[in-house]
Amino acid sequence: MTPPYDPGDVVEVLRAPEPGGAGGAYRAFGETLRGLKTTFKRMTEKPVTVEYPEEKYPVYPRFRGRHKLHRFEDTGLEKCVGCSLCAAACPVDCIRVVAAENDPDHRVSAGERYAAVYEINMARCIFCGYCEVACPFDAITMGHDYELSDYDRSDLIFTKEMLLSEPLERTPLRREGE
Amino acid sequence: MFADVFYVEPWWMQLAKSLIIFLVVFNMVPITLLVERKLLGRFQGRYGPNRVGLYGSMQPLADIGKLLGKQQFAPRHAQHFLYVIAPCLSVIAAAGVIAIIPFGPTVDIFGTETGLYGIDVSVGILFVFALGAISFYGLMLGGWASTNKYSFLGSMRAAAQLISYEAAQGLALVGVIITAGSLSLVDIVEAQAGMWYFIPQFVGFVIFMIAGFAESNRAPFALPEGEAEIIGGYGTEYGGGRFANYYMAEYLEVVVISFLTATLFFGGWHLPFGIDPPAWVYPIVVIVKATFFIFFFIWIRATLPALRYDQLMSFGWKVLLPLAMLNTLVTAVLVVTVF
Repeated sequence: MTPPYDPGDVVEVLRAPEPGGAGGAYRAFGETLRGLKTTFKRMTEKPVTVEYPEEKYPVYPRFRGRHKLHRFEDTGLEKCVGCSLCAAACPVDCIRVVAAENDPDHRVSAGERYAAVYEINMARCIFCGYCEVACPFDAITMGHDYELSDYDRSDLIFTKEMLLSEPLERTPLRREGE
Repeated sequence: MFADVFYVEPWWMQLAKSLIIFLVVFNMVPITLLVERKLLGRFQGRYGPNRVGLYGSMQPLADIGKLLGKQQFAPRHAQHFLYVIAPCLSVIAAAGVIAIIPFGPTVDIFGTETGLYGIDVSVGILFVFALGAISFYGLMLGGWASTNKYSFLGSMRAAAQLISYEAAQGLALVGVIITAGSLSLVDIVEAQAGMWYFIPQFVGFVIFMIAGFAESNRAPFALPEGEAEIIGGYGTEYGGGRFANYYMAEYLEVVVISFLTATLFFGGWHLPFGIDPPAWVYPIVVIVKATFFIFFFIWIRATLPALRYDQLMSFGWKVLLPLAMLNTLVTAVLVVTVF
């Protein structure tokens, strides 16, 4: 590895004052005063705190949060055809898909079959995004919502209806340059 | 022989003024607690507590309420009497100093001659040091009575630290005493009418301040507590109300040392440039000056890292004590020859 700069032939080393004597006195008081100045400057600045529950931290566009299931915008049919590839790809086995044949009169999905049951156990999900990659129809994608805590484990099993609908509270998305 | 205690007012006025002084100074403890947490937050680029009450103003109440609501727990093998009495000793020793802090000279309140101080003792500063020695018993006995090795280590540290720095602190004040020619705090403040003592006694002031940090176990001398290496030191086995007592004693000591600094080195109730305010302003002047030193305590805590234990000891004995000695000597020679 080459250093990011060329130090040249003569390297000048800056040393702190030796302790004891005048150097020690300077270190004790001069440097203390310098430290006091530094901390005081911090105090006059605005805190960098993001006050979380009121002020949500914006996420990046590729943030992997709560999953979303999608419908076709024109027909309103579900994109998911119940192929279970997402369940196969899932490393923690948190997706459960039970497929059923489409009734031609009341189609649920665009394909031959549809997902009669589609559940994701958010308590197990590690938000790796493999389901999104595995899906051949872009039916499941990772959303931006990260507020998923609940009081009961069984409430963390998200059903198809929950995944199809928009999250109750939207998480802000980072703007350009934020 | 007993010390002389000077007072001019009738008994009911003594009662009233001691109550008022105690309540005012004592109430500065929760305020200091809150201000410290808020200011430390600001120093570190965050807000500090801001959830309880308006801008977090009820935070100390919530803290104290939480601590007092806890179970009164004592280790099975603890020396129970000492274990219980040690935190009280700490608080009493810290609170006792409030009695002699002067907030003003003798003034006329609705026809009653009143000194704006608890009592004016002729031994003034010695009284402070006597109480300082008792406050050290608070830490020492607390650590000893807990029968816990970490508590014991903490109390050993506290003992060594307090004794080391009390020597330097005492010697630093000898300069002030020589210059003022009196031990009484009221006399010392009155002697500062011309010039505040932090100018002629600057070295003494610096030593007193540094030793004050050590005496109140504050950063950068918070070694007796040492969360990192001796899991809380003398306070390891304390919880609930007793822990609150220790905590209160620490902050009370910060407040008291701030008041003492304002009194001994910054002219007490005097204002600079010959401004002579009406008498009711005097206590406010003292409190404002003390507030500045409380702020300074917090500022230092936000700035300096903790010392190593050998650094603490060598700094106390090899730097502060000789310096204080030299200061005393030079002051004595100057007072005798020049003035």
